[in-house]
Amino acid sequence: MGEKRNIALAGNPNTGKSSLFNLLTGLNQHVGNFPGVTVDKRTGECRLGPGHAAGVLDLPGTYSIFPRSADERIVWEVLGNAAHPDHPQLVVVAADASNLERNLLLFTQLHDLGLPLILALTMPDMALERGSMVDVQALSFHLGVPVVVVNGRTGEGLDDLKSLLMSDIPAPRAFRFCVTDLLTLADQPEAQIRDTEWRYSRIREILRKCQVRKDSNQDTASLRSRLDRFFVHPVWGYLVFVGLLMLIFQLIFRFAEYPMEWIEGAFLALSRLAADYLPAGVFTDLLSEGVIPGIGGVVIFIPQIALLFFILSILEESGYMARVVFIMDKLVRPFGLNGKSVVPLVSSVACAIPGIMSTRTIPSWKDRLITILVAPLMSCSARLPVFMLMIRLVVPDGNLWGFFDLRGAVLFAMYALGVISAIAVAWVFGKIIRTGEQGFLLMELPAYQLPRLRYVFLHVREKAGVFVTDAGKVILAISIVLWVLASYGPPGQMNRALESMKQAHPEWSPDSPEYKEALAAVRLEHSFIGIIGRGIEPVIQPLGYDWKIGIALITSFAAREVFVGSMATIYSVGEDFEEGLVERLRDERYPDSGQPVYTLASGLSLMVFYVYAMQCMSTLAIVRRETRSWKWPLVQLLYMGVLAYAGAWITFVTFS
Amino acid sequence: MEGKALSLRALSVLRPGEGGIVSVVASHHLAPKLVEMGLFPGKEVKVLFRAPFGGPMAVEIGGGYTLSLREDEAMLVLLDPENF
Ligand SMILES: Nc1nc2c(ncn2[C@@H]2O[C@H](COP(=O)(O)OP(=O)(O)OP(=O)(O)O)[C@@H](O)[C@H]2O)c(=O)[nH]1
Ligand SMILES: [Mg+2]
Repeated sequence: MGEKRNIALAGNPNTGKSSLFNLLTGLNQHVGNFPGVTVDKRTGECRLGPGHAAGVLDLPGTYSIFPRSADERIVWEVLGNAAHPDHPQLVVVAADASNLERNLLLFTQLHDLGLPLILALTMPDMALERGSMVDVQALSFHLGVPVVVVNGRTGEGLDDLKSLLMSDIPAPRAFRFCVTDLLTLADQPEAQIRDTEWRYSRIREILRKCQVRKDSNQDTASLRSRLDRFFVHPVWGYLVFVGLLMLIFQLIFRFAEYPMEWIEGAFLALSRLAADYLPAGVFTDLLSEGVIPGIGGVVIFIPQIALLFFILSILEESGYMARVVFIMDKLVRPFGLNGKSVVPLVSSVACAIPGIMSTRTIPSWKDRLITILVAPLMSCSARLPVFMLMIRLVVPDGNLWGFFDLRGAVLFAMYALGVISAIAVAWVFGKIIRTGEQGFLLMELPAYQLPRLRYVFLHVREKAGVFVTDAGKVILAISIVLWVLASYGPPGQMNRALESMKQAHPEWSPDSPEYKEALAAVRLEHSFIGIIGRGIEPVIQPLGYDWKIGIALITSFAAREVFVGSMATIYSVGEDFEEGLVERLRDERYPDSGQPVYTLASGLSLMVFYVYAMQCMSTLAIVRRETRSWKWPLVQLLYMGVLAYAGAWITFVTFS
Repeated sequence: MEGKALSLRALSVLRPGEGGIVSVVASHHLAPKLVEMGLFPGKEVKVLFRAPFGGPMAVEIGGGYTLSLREDEAMLVLLDPENF
């Protein structure tokens, strides 16, 4: 076999296709215990043995070849059209062994399309537990294709699958499950129903001949129903959901504080080290005042972001998310959302981009569009650094009603503001956007599973790594530009300002701390960035911000995670790195009035601004791709901008 | 036959713990999807629990898996409670 074979993984949702993909390719495709985790195709390469490699394609899950949502359409496009560039030479159908009947429906459809097939029975552990494992040899005989058993979690049986992938699998031509030509049924619902019913009767016939024994295990069934009674209870269900969310913010605050302090200390020491030991000069200044604080500004938030991803990942892997959809459907429908909108919204707490992608599982276009439009209002992990910095700066450390950490409660309030606004905005869009089409919920509730910590850790490491490298690159570039702009200015103006400072205070010797401090302030004020900042100050003054915040707002226009890094750079120019950023910000005062810049009012106002403002180019690009028009990203940019300015202004006025 | 049609009950009116055998899926644009997901005539189903405030219901299908559907979706599925 000279040329590389292309193999596709297809099957019902949540059967372990992506788990198999990861095992085969060594990649780290997202896996979760929820139907519809994968919403796009992804390719990888699998080394089968010496000289043997194959291209592997992971597909979204689908119950039938006829698509009912955007993610399922991808399967139809790739497998239903032999001319598609990704059309495979071989399809591995992943079928949940504990639930074969329904899983085999798609198998029979792909069989009748004439695709060479291998049937991979996944979740053998679950099938054994339920006492419903099938006779593999008999199944292979009756279906006319090779059948392997693979555990997607442990990798048991993977070698059997790999050796099958190397052998020649002919296209099944001997018989068909149904006489009609599938491709002609695409838009004939009545004929589809008849076809499907016929297929099911054939599948039942075959399974009757292959089923070994069937006795369900009462223990797990009763544990499951007890868990369900709790998670979908009219009172407990919602309390658990809200309680979980509150717990997350408390955890983020309590546990992440220590590593944050260590990281901050380490970066300060690094800056000092660079300033002390490297030869004095422009490059050293750039490094110690620009690059190191800028990078440190993001790295310090890794513990929180990792913790956030960790908790979300656990929720996803356990099967709890589907229950949240279940209890929220009725509540969110009046607001123009679907129960299925809840998962994209919750995952937008990590990042809006995967959140918006995952709206593909929402069948109605209107429900989906509204979910896309409000998803960026959910506070993503890139806002977390801004919230954390401001909270540490302006919110006193203390308790609320004796047991809630006050700072954790303010953080929770910011997230709650995002959620409430998302719901309100969804309601407004629901009134504006009118289509006759009716959405539906119809969804599988997966069984509960214990999350695999190893996978969860891998996932968290990858996500945190991506955050740091992606944000790091931008921040590195911006901190260099910022440092240059903050360190140089038009020479004439700078010199005049320095002269007038010296004349105002002739008593200061050039070595005194007052002199040094005033010198740094004057230089920054008359640098290029100071001049730009002064220019925009009138616009942001009503919100309670000074020009330095204005600069950080501008630099974070395309990516909000840049804010803290920019602040760190701006406040590091001319510094001696004795104290952390929070202390430096706390000392910051308006030169004319002597009032502190960062007060409860201006801090809260800044946080509210970040709750609303659409400062993320990547999100706009994804919205443009998913909605296929520039109209919706522009609508989003506009409405979020208006909310940000108005919200911040109201907050500032209320608290000052 | 007529007597039988009269005794059919919509899945949506069942209480937790009650079940039946799917007899007909009413004609509707969602019908193919319901059938694909396993609600075809002859399949035994049982209501497990319902979401609060008239939300969706969870239905166990043939002992193998659980579906959740809204009330107006469950209304399309007509059951024969006798044969359960
Ligand atoms: N018990 C058990 N769980 C498994 C096995 N294989 C996968 N899982 C779990 O099943 C869930 C779904 O796995 P995925 O690989 O995301 O499934 P998928 O088919 O890609 O799902 P979609 O992308 O939603 O269509 C995850 O929680 C996995 O950990 C297995 O063999 N046994
Ligand atoms: Mg997947």
